[in-house]
Amino acid sequence: MAISKKEVEHVALLARLSLSEGEKEKFSKQLSQILEHAGKIAELNTEGVEPTSHALPIKNVFREDEEKTCLSQKEALSNAPAKEDGMIKIPKIV
Amino acid sequence: MNYEVVIGLEIHVELDTVSKMFCGCSTKFFGEKPNTFTCPVCLGMPGSLPVANEKAIECTAKIGLALNSKIASFTKFDRKNYFYPDMPKDYQISQYDLPICEGGYVDIEMEGLALEGSGSRGYTRRVGITRVHLEEDTGKLTHIGESGRIGGADYSLVDFNRAGVPLVEIVTEPDIRTPDEAKIFVQKLKNIIEHLGVSDCDMEEGSFRCDANISLRPMGSKELGTKSEVKNMNSFRAIQRALVYEIERQRELLRADERVIQETRHWDAANNVTMSLRSKEEAHDYRYFPEPDLVPMELSGEWIEDLKNTLPELPDARKKRFVEAYGLSVYDAELLTSSKTMGDYFEECARAYNDAKKISNWIMGEFSMHLNATNLKIEESAVTPKHLVQLLRLIDKGQISGKMAKDVFKEMFESGKLPKIIVEERGLSQISDEDAIEKIVDMVLEENKKAVEEYGSGKDRALGFLVGQVMRLTKGSANPQLVNEILRKKLT
Repeated sequence: MAISKKEVEHVALLARLSLSEGEKEKFSKQLSQILEHAGKIAELNTEGVEPTSHALPIKNVFREDEEKTCLSQKEALSNAPAKEDGMIKIPKIV
Repeated sequence: MNYEVVIGLEIHVELDTVSKMFCGCSTKFFGEKPNTFTCPVCLGMPGSLPVANEKAIECTAKIGLALNSKIASFTKFDRKNYFYPDMPKDYQISQYDLPICEGGYVDIEMEGLALEGSGSRGYTRRVGITRVHLEEDTGKLTHIGESGRIGGADYSLVDFNRAGVPLVEIVTEPDIRTPDEAKIFVQKLKNIIEHLGVSDCDMEEGSFRCDANISLRPMGSKELGTKSEVKNMNSFRAIQRALVYEIERQRELLRADERVIQETRHWDAANNVTMSLRSKEEAHDYRYFPEPDLVPMELSGEWIEDLKNTLPELPDARKKRFVEAYGLSVYDAELLTSSKTMGDYFEECARAYNDAKKISNWIMGEFSMHLNATNLKIEESAVTPKHLVQLLRLIDKGQISGKMAKDVFKEMFESGKLPKIIVEERGLSQISDEDAIEKIVDMVLEENKKAVEEYGSGKDRALGFLVGQVMRLTKGSANPQLVNEILRKKLT
C-alpha cells in the first residue's frame, strides 16, 4: 500500500507539521513501509472472529455522578505559557 | 423554477448531571470564575484517565426512548481529532459508528398552517431522528480584538470550565420543509427533554443549542442540493428568522444561476443576516478511532426496559390527559403543555381549585399577557398557584368582580402580594349587598327619568345606560348581575 506525497501533505496539514520536500519523499516511503508491515495482519484467517475496538475483556466501567474537588485556578493555569484574566492566552486562531 | 427546501437539524443538549462526563468536576460553573472547574482529566493532562459518568449514559438513553429510537445493545466512545483550542486534548471524546441511540421520530402538529399544495388547514409532520449520541462539551473561547469575533481578533482567551460537560447531540433526518416546522420541532424537542428532567434546556445559557443544515433542490428532485450550515441561533425566534433568511439567500443564488457554497454561516441576530465565518478552509477529516482509554458498553434489554419504566409522562400524553381529565379543549391543552413548568403550574392550581377551564382562561389570558409584556417565564413570576387560586375564589365569592380581579392581578404580578391582602389594602370589594345597590338604583332612576321613559316605551338600550350609571356611581364595584336584576325588577 503506497502512500503518495499528496497523502503525506494531507496528514502533515492535519497534524500541523511543516515538512520539507525531502521529508515528504522520505515519509512517503516510510509510511508505506509501516502500512505494509501492519498489513501482514490481514493475512490471518479471522473467520468467525467478532470485530473488536478494544483489547481488554472488560466492559461497562462507570463512575457514580458525584462531585470531586477541582484544581484551583492557579494550579489549572500553572502550565500555560501565557494567561490573562484567569484564562489561557493563545495566539490568534485564524 | 420552484425549489423545495430541505432542512435537517443538529441539537446539542448539556445534561444536568452533578459532575462532568469523564471526571468529578462540578457542572455548576455558570457565572463562576474561569478555569476553576477543572482537573487533570478535563484538562487533558498526560497520564490522566477518563471514566464514563453512568448517569449521563442513562440520560442519553432516556432521550432516545422518548424520541422512539432504538437503544444500542453495544456502544462505545470514539476520538474525534481536530486542532482547535476549545479542547485541551486536541480531540473530543464523542461517538462515531455506534451511538447510544439510532433512529426514531417526533411528530409535530402544524396547527392552522396549510401544507404547500394541499390547501388543508393543519397537518402533522413526522421528523425522523437519525441518531442521538453522547460526547463532551468544549471549553469557551473569548476573542479579543475590535470585532470580538474570531476573524480579525488579536488573540483569544480560553476557559475550560465547560470542557467535559456531558453533551448529547441529536441529529434529525432532512425531513423539515419550512422554518415554521423547524421552530415547532425544536420547541417540541425542548419540551420533551424538559419533561424528562435531564437538562435545564436554557437556550440563553447555551445548554440547548441548535444548528441547521439547509439546502434547496428543484421541486420533485430526489438529489440533495449543496447545503450550508447555520449556527448561533439561540432562540426559537432566531431559528425561524435565520432559516427564512438563508432560504431566500440560496434561492436568489440559484435563480441567478450561481452556486451555493458548502460552508458554515453564523446567524447575526442584530443585523438579521447569516454571515460566512470566513475561517480558513478546514479539512474536515476527524480521523475518528475507538477511544482506547474507555471500555465499550453493553446495555442489556433488561436495563433498557427498566429505564423505559422510569420515563415520566411526556408532553403528548400529558396533553391527552389534560383534555380527558380536565375537560379542556385540545387547543388549551396544547398551550398548557407547551412547557413543563406551564403544565406543572396548571396542575398545581387544578389540585386546589376544581374549575380547570377558569384556571386555563386566566393562565392563557391575563397571566400570559403580563408574562409576555415583561418577558418572564411562568415560574419566574411572583404569582404562584396559591395567588391565582385565591384570586379565583375571591371572584367566586362575589367579593370582587372580574374587572376588579384584573386590576388585582396586575398588582400581585408586580408586587407578589396575595390577592386577599391587596383587596384589603385597597378597600376593594364588590358591592353584593342588595340594599346598598337598591339605594343607588333608586337614585339613578330618580335622576334619569328620560331613560326610564324610553325603557318603558320599549327601548332596551336604555337599560344598558342605567346599568352604566349605577356602575359609575359605585366606581365599578357593584356586582353587575345584581344591578341588572334590581333594575329590571324596579322598572316593571
